[in-house]
Amino acid sequence: MSETWAQILIIICVLLGTVTIAAGLIYVERKMLAVWQQRSGPNRVGPFGSLQVLADMIKIFFKEDWIPPFVDKKVFILAPTIIMLSILMSFSIVPFAPGLVVADMNVGLLFFLAMSSLGTYTIILAGWSSDNKYALIGGVRGAAQMISYEVFMSLSLMGVVLQTGSFNMTDIVNSQKGLWNVIPQFIGFVIFLLAGIAETHRLPFDLPEAESELVAGYHSEYSGMKFGMFFVGEYLGITLISCMIALLFFGGWLGPSFLPGIVWFLIKMFAFILFFILLRAALPRPRYDQLMGLGWKVLLPLSLLNVLVTGAIVLLNS
Amino acid sequence: MDIIFYIAAVIAFIATVGVVTRKNAIHALLYLVVSLLAVSVIFFVLGAPFVAALEVIVYAGAIMVLFVFAIMMLNLGKDGIAKESPFLNFGSWLIPAILCLVLLGELGYVFYFHQVGDHDLREIGPKEVSSSLFGGYVLAVELAGMLLMAGIVGAYHVGREKKREYHRYMQNLETNTEDYE
Repeated sequence: MSETWAQILIIICVLLGTVTIAAGLIYVERKMLAVWQQRSGPNRVGPFGSLQVLADMIKIFFKEDWIPPFVDKKVFILAPTIIMLSILMSFSIVPFAPGLVVADMNVGLLFFLAMSSLGTYTIILAGWSSDNKYALIGGVRGAAQMISYEVFMSLSLMGVVLQTGSFNMTDIVNSQKGLWNVIPQFIGFVIFLLAGIAETHRLPFDLPEAESELVAGYHSEYSGMKFGMFFVGEYLGITLISCMIALLFFGGWLGPSFLPGIVWFLIKMFAFILFFILLRAALPRPRYDQLMGLGWKVLLPLSLLNVLVTGAIVLLNS
Repeated sequence: MDIIFYIAAVIAFIATVGVVTRKNAIHALLYLVVSLLAVSVIFFVLGAPFVAALEVIVYAGAIMVLFVFAIMMLNLGKDGIAKESPFLNFGSWLIPAILCLVLLGELGYVFYFHQVGDHDLREIGPKEVSSSLFGGYVLAVELAGMLLMAGIVGAYHVGREKKREYHRYMQNLETNTEDYE
């Protein structure tokens, strides 16, 4: 019985922890962008503006949650929940430390891919149900971008799977005891990083919501907490992709023994979250055809080649 | 695990009925997605996690997204609903419903008298699925690969640009320069 309670405790901790980190990222992102652009950033609410998140939350909860009369009401309400659900479900396979995992499945990595492919619906349905031309263009762009980049995302991970011989996340981390996967699988790492940015539609690949051309893209018509769910969903997505990069390519909780495993994991995760924010501060947005061209003409052949070469080497060594 | 199976089965049933009865095409497709997810849960409970994951990735995640994408572009809206409304009158669903009832009766008869579906289930992991795919069924895999290759070549042929098209700015530039010459 105590094992069941421990499992429930882990579930609650993971849920609260990830949502808190995602909400806290709003402050981290604004502050770090300000540092890189030589501004002060939020500095009014609390010491160094650290209560800004709280103020934003109170604001967003008390704003009028308006549903425009021309939208498809049911789908309009359903759309923002899908991204939260699918990403929070993905966290169930993330091992934060040995034993600290909600579901240690033997198809863990596939479960992550399945959930991230369901996340596409949130953009496509939000864009369609809004009945607004900017939202629809954003939705169409988002769907095409996410379907395309899912292909390379899963292909780029197959190298790691081939080396480990398992889809289980704990096995994948344990197999990196000698050497982190980032060295033998460097091409896979780069492709996964690019695909991860495109999957979470973060800058520079935020074509579905490109605010300079599409107002706010697929979430133009959303207000109040429904918009907040898109927002938190995006930060949850960043956290998830950073977790996956740390686990798959940088050895997860493995590290020198003077710090416990979970601390190493969190250090690696936050390093990649900061990298995501730095990308936003540093890079302009490419054109849409450039994004798709990069995907299908460069990343797809590269990832296929990576699978081929890794497979050949694994076969030779066995 | 039995209770999970029955819940998923009921959800799959209700969602599939929803696919048939919805008049809005996008709503029908969303019901189909729910139905596919429920079937994937059933696969998982029956001990086939690999197939369950593939069901979500391939069907719910990729193919249904493309369906929604295509229907979104058609922009059926109110006209589509008006067009589909007379489809479901009494005369048109009576005969299919009778045929389905006959099939259901046969299915019930088979299950009742032959006692299939014992509970000696065993989990089939990804490794077992792959070794049977690339062991016993390698010919089928190769044939499916060839079919997909033919599809890709066909799509390339259909989508190929016939001639080089200039941006209108470039066309203007050319005609202008001709004028000056």
